[in-house]
Parts: sequence; structure tokens; C-alpha cells
Amino acid sequence: MNLSLFVTATELGLILSLTVLSLFLSYTMLNVCDLSTDGCFTLGAAVGAMVAISGHPYLSIPAAMLAGSFSGFVTALLQTKMGINSLLAGIIVNTGLYSVNIAIMGGSSLLNLNKTETVFSILKDILKDTVLSSYCTIIVSLIAVIIVIVFLSFFLKTKLGLAIRATGNNPSMVKTSSISPAFTTIVGLCISNSFTALSGCLLAEAQKSMSIDIGGGMLTVALASLLIGTTIIRKGSLSLRASSCAIGAIIFRLAYMFALRLKMPAYMLRLVSSIIVIIAICLPYLKSKYPEFKRRLNHKKEVA
Amino acid sequence: MLKLINISKTFNEGTADEKRAVENLNLTVEDGDFITIIGSNGAGKSTLFNIIAGNILTDSGSIILDGKDITFEKEHVRSRKIGRLFQDPMSGTCPDLTIEENLSLAYLQSQGRALFSRISRKDRNIIKDKLALLDMGLEDRMNSPMSTLSGGQRQAITLLMATISKPQLLLLDEHTAALDPATADKVLSLTRKIVEENHITTLMITHNMHQALEMGNRTLMMKDGNIVFDCKGEERNNYTVNDLLSRFKENTGSEIDNDRMLLD
Repeated sequence: MNLSLFVTATELGLILSLTVLSLFLSYTMLNVCDLSTDGCFTLGAAVGAMVAISGHPYLSIPAAMLAGSFSGFVTALLQTKMGINSLLAGIIVNTGLYSVNIAIMGGSSLLNLNKTETVFSILKDILKDTVLSSYCTIIVSLIAVIIVIVFLSFFLKTKLGLAIRATGNNPSMVKTSSISPAFTTIVGLCISNSFTALSGCLLAEAQKSMSIDIGGGMLTVALASLLIGTTIIRKGSLSLRASSCAIGAIIFRLAYMFALRLKMPAYMLRLVSSIIVIIAICLPYLKSKYPEFKRRLNHKKEVA
Repeated sequence: MLKLINISKTFNEGTADEKRAVENLNLTVEDGDFITIIGSNGAGKSTLFNIIAGNILTDSGSIILDGKDITFEKEHVRSRKIGRLFQDPMSGTCPDLTIEENLSLAYLQSQGRALFSRISRKDRNIIKDKLALLDMGLEDRMNSPMSTLSGGQRQAITLLMATISKPQLLLLDEHTAALDPATADKVLSLTRKIVEENHITTLMITHNMHQALEMGNRTLMMKDGNIVFDCKGEERNNYTVNDLLSRFKENTGSEIDNDRMLLD
């Protein structure tokens, strides 16, 4: 096993952990399962890549985040102001985003960023001839992850952040505390989707290419990482819980890498992530059913 | 203070399930009033509260709070001026947030702070002092999740959250009904204390006839979506529970019928 594989797993894990942090906000805190995640990830990648190709490497990042938060705004608007079920709203936006993304990519379904200047290539030039030059991707994505974690741990303690958490926890209480749950849902999804788009943007720029299916299965993969993270760190401060998302994402990528080494074909990734999500979500449920199962079993014995 | 003028609300209008929950109801509440409300099942007591709080839009009539027409104001907007407690102790707080976070949210909102404001050390001390007033030792458990608290403790904190903004009006919908008698007494005396100290106009639905006479300065009886009996002052001071019951019969022609009614 060589070091470069670990580096790759960590790079990908860190970049994808931004999507996991997005779910930490929307799924864990706001209690909304945002099914537009895949499309929004691709949107971030497409916008980021196009802006970078047009010669604005720094601008590509806020541009992608802005596009992501706009997508989140639409998803939230559909479910809070137009009476569309929240899962359906996500699916509708996700479907629509496919066309939007190809349109942004200028009608093509593949973009090449090999000769494009990105934040990664800029840092690589700066760190040329130092030991750090091969860790550019890790450095950039680590900085992004740390900024997002610091932001979240600050934000979720503010009045608005508390209101967002309350919306996910007890919506009727939010109303009686004079905050509109529609407003908190809109703000929450705008912020969370900007992280998803940031994640897509960084992945496209780090890989130096992107295709229209770059975000495929991202929701399930991110959900698996989130659940791995929350299993490891159950309690603690907000910053600790947010950090567990990044840890979960890296563990997921490492486990995936090991599986590949054991000759698991790469196309199995999505099935594996699906199974992880199934296990992580249904295990607590099965656990709660276990006493009843045991009781029935004992009862049978007693009767017999 | 609060004026309800010709309020009507019919549910499921035009269907077999049509129910006239409130009909041509008029009520004037004076500043500083503490009104207790009793009535049979389905008399429209909770509907009345839903109407005042903005949870239900009326079919006709207007609602005036402190001189301002709030008939069409949204629930979350009204709740800046109207605090509300429900029977279910779980409904007013967030189980996964800590005691401090729950109170912080109410406190920051009541102070009209900016969206991105956080509580300062000074704010935290104020919250801690308020918690200490409950005399339940909760001030030392500020970082415990709400879900670890008993129903009575949660209801006491909900009361604190609802009154931290010194609302113009407080609606109590049988807020002690789900608690054991000792805890109910405690929450009730806290209610009285907080309402008196902050001079909050209060409406309280109760199923306890004794409570209805003992608390507050005015008692209303409701039946079939209207107020059938209203007493206050000298007249009310001399009433016993039995007087109240016979008055109810006089005014409605039937016994009071409430499956939770406590007569002692």
C-alpha cells in the first residue's frame, strides 16, 4: 500500500466532506432530506469550471456557491411557499438542474480544465519545489472544510441558527417564538446548497475535468459518510459534531480504497454506499425491535 | 387591550361535518385582566385561542389588540405580542436543544436582536437568574438537552420562554392538565407570580372549577361557540364552585359536560 493512495482518499474525502457538512445542516439540523443534492453538486462543478475556464480562478468559488444557494432557494421556495412536498421539491429541482447544467456547460456534457488556472494550480505554482507541492489539493480543501466547520459552529449558535435547529426539531414551537419556519427553511437550504456547490466546484477543479454525471449518487455517498461520522461521534459540541462529518467522509473514502485494493470493481461504489445508508438508518430501528423479538422467542419456549 | 368583535368560525362549511365552532363572539379584555375560561367539551375554548393566536383565520369579525387590527396578521408575527402555552409539555420546547439554547432563542428574539446575534456572558447570566426563579435547580443544568427534563420542568421553562419577552397577552390552554397535582400546583404558582410581576394580561382555559374561581379576576363560561356567562368583581368573589355550576345550568339549560372536569 503506498502513500499516494492515502493522499488521494484524504483529498477526495475532504472535498466531499463539504457535501456531508451541507447534509449536516439540511438533514441533521433542519430535518429536510434534500434530494437536489446530486444536481446541485454538478451545478457547482459546472459553474466553477466555466468561470475558471473564462479566466477567473478565484471568482469561480463564490460563483459556484452563489449558484448553489440559488438552487437551494428554489427547492426551499417550492416546499415552503408553493405547497410541494419537500422530497418532491428536491426531485423536481434535481431533474431540472440536469438541463440547466448542460446549458451552463455550453451544451457539452464534458469539460476539460487541464490548462485552466484554478486555485489548486495557483497554489501549486506558489509551493513549487517545496515538500508541500504534492499536497495542494489537501491544503485547499482542508482550508475550505475548516472555514465551513468554523462557520457552522458559530452560525448554529446564533439566533437564526438556533431557529433553524428548532425548525427541524419542533416546528410548532418556532411559530410560537415568532420566527417563520418558511424563512428558516429557505435560509437553511440556501446555505447548505452553497456548501454542496462548493464541494462540486472544488472536485471539478482538483480533478481538472468534469462531466455531467460528476454528482451522480452524491447524496447517498454523503449520507453514508454523515452516518458513519455521527456513529463515531454521537455527542459533543457543535464543532465536534461538524468535524465528525469530515472524519466520516475520509473514513468512507479510505474504506472504499481498501475495497478497491481487494479487487472490488469501481462501479460498486454506489451499491456499497446504498448498503451503508440502509444499515446505518435501519440498525437503530431493528435494535428497538429486538426486545420484542426476544420476548416472543422466550414466550414460545415457555409455552412449549 | 384585546377586543374580539363579532367573531365567527365554521369548520367544514357546507359538508355533513359542518361545525360552528365560534358564533358571533364578542369579548373585551381589559389591560391587566386575568381571565379564566371554563366550558364543556367542544365549546370552542381552544378554537377561541387559535383565533386569537392567529393559528386559525376567522370567517368574519375583527380582532383588535392594543388598538391595532390584527385580524390578518400571521401567527409568527402575532406571537411577538402573544405568548402561548399548550397542555402538552413537549410542544413548547425543542427536545434536542439544551435548556440554554431553548431559552437563548426566546431571549434573543424577545430582545429584538439581529439574526446573527449570539448570547453574551451577560445574557447568559440573565437567563440563569430567570431559571433560578423557577426554583427547580435547572440553573445548574443549562447544558442538558431539554429531552432529559420532566414534563413539569419543561412546562415551567416553556412558561419562562413565553413570558421572557413580556408579551401583551398570555394564552394558557390547560397548561397544567398533563402534570401531576404537585407539579401542577408549582407551575400554577409560577404562572401567577410571573403574570403579576410582569403585569401580563392573561387568558387561561382550565378544567378545574376551583382553579377557575381562585385564579384571576374574571371567569367566562363557554358553550356552543359563545360566551354564556361572564362574572367578575364582587359577584365573583362570593361564588363557590356549586354556585358556578348552577349558574352554568341556568344559562345553558344543561349540566356542564367535560370529561376532565374537576369539581373540587
